[in-house]
Amino acid sequence: MMADLGFEVNERVDITDVVCPVTFVKTKVALEELEEGEILQVHLNEGEPVMNVPRSVKDEGHQILKLIENGDGTYDLYVRKVGD
Amino acid sequence: MATDYATLKKGGFMRQKQKDHFSLRLSVVGGQVSTEQLVAITEVANQYGHGYIHLTSRQGIEIPFIQLKDIDAVKEALAKGGAKPGVCGPRVRTVTACQGAAVCPNGCIETEELAKELSERYFGRELPHKFKFGITGCRNNCLKAEENDLGIKGGIRVSWIEDACINCGLCEKVCREGAIQIENGKVVLSQEKCNYCGRCAFSCPTDAYEKTPGYLVSFGGLFGNQINQGETIVPFIEDQETLFRICDAALTFFDENAKPSERFKFTIDRVGKDKLDAVVWKAYEGA
Repeated sequence: MMADLGFEVNERVDITDVVCPVTFVKTKVALEELEEGEILQVHLNEGEPVMNVPRSVKDEGHQILKLIENGDGTYDLYVRKVGD
Repeated sequence: MATDYATLKKGGFMRQKQKDHFSLRLSVVGGQVSTEQLVAITEVANQYGHGYIHLTSRQGIEIPFIQLKDIDAVKEALAKGGAKPGVCGPRVRTVTACQGAAVCPNGCIETEELAKELSERYFGRELPHKFKFGITGCRNNCLKAEENDLGIKGGIRVSWIEDACINCGLCEKVCREGAIQIENGKVVLSQEKCNYCGRCAFSCPTDAYEKTPGYLVSFGGLFGNQINQGETIVPFIEDQETLFRICDAALTFFDENAKPSERFKFTIDRVGKDKLDAVVWKAYEGA
């Protein structure tokens, strides 16, 4: 599975146990702990989280690499940290 | 000498219950007030009013308890800070606006300059009854466009850029109208379902959407004694020139057809919606 991505994941965060706005806060905190260029996997729910979190991450200037639908009502979002 | 209340009211002096006192309405465009204006307003409220201001429902500021005898001094003190009385009565009222694309992440159009430009063109224009303009930057409609006689709502027309797309599928997920379907790695966009909210383009990780900002205009909104939601007539408008031509046409229609003290909605109902439709379509098509 990981090999298919074409990049290595440095850290993972699960935000399926929280709701807006903590979804984004948790993601932001996880990104802050990474070095520039490192990749974060965000495990998130369908609905409001998938509608808002990727956009907020983009607005913060990070690079979204991939969004994978898991088929169980969750997604995995892969983000490359940009800037400090 | 009898007090000319009509003239006073035109200048934004709203008669209070208390004899010879006025709540002075100030001119505010698009909800923006400079700190310099605020300082002058504060000084006037302290010296000539009761030390407070009232925020109106349409982004205005009023200074209550201004006395008739102080009107000239008050105007002069306000002018020093770049503030001036607004208007009430049968004319074009305050142009309201949200902060729009300059500040808001959801904004599809620039609203501050548009509000200023509309205000310069129309503010205070004499008409059979009041006429309200409101500008909202996007589909979220924070500024409630459709409750105005003429409401302007910003939107974005999108077109997919295949080469830039990484096929993440996010646009399909964020679209609330079901206007986007991804078929064999290609985005299929339904123009009929698209409501120009721009969520697909704003969310897109690789900016694989070309964005064209524009306007949706609603006519005949009311939110007073009677309530009516303004309705659109023509489709998405992509340029300001066309927008202004439509505004001109709507105001002329109202001016020529309305009875005194008749709001736009009721003129439209009485004269016939088809008549307004014809005028607006003509303006839309460039005539």
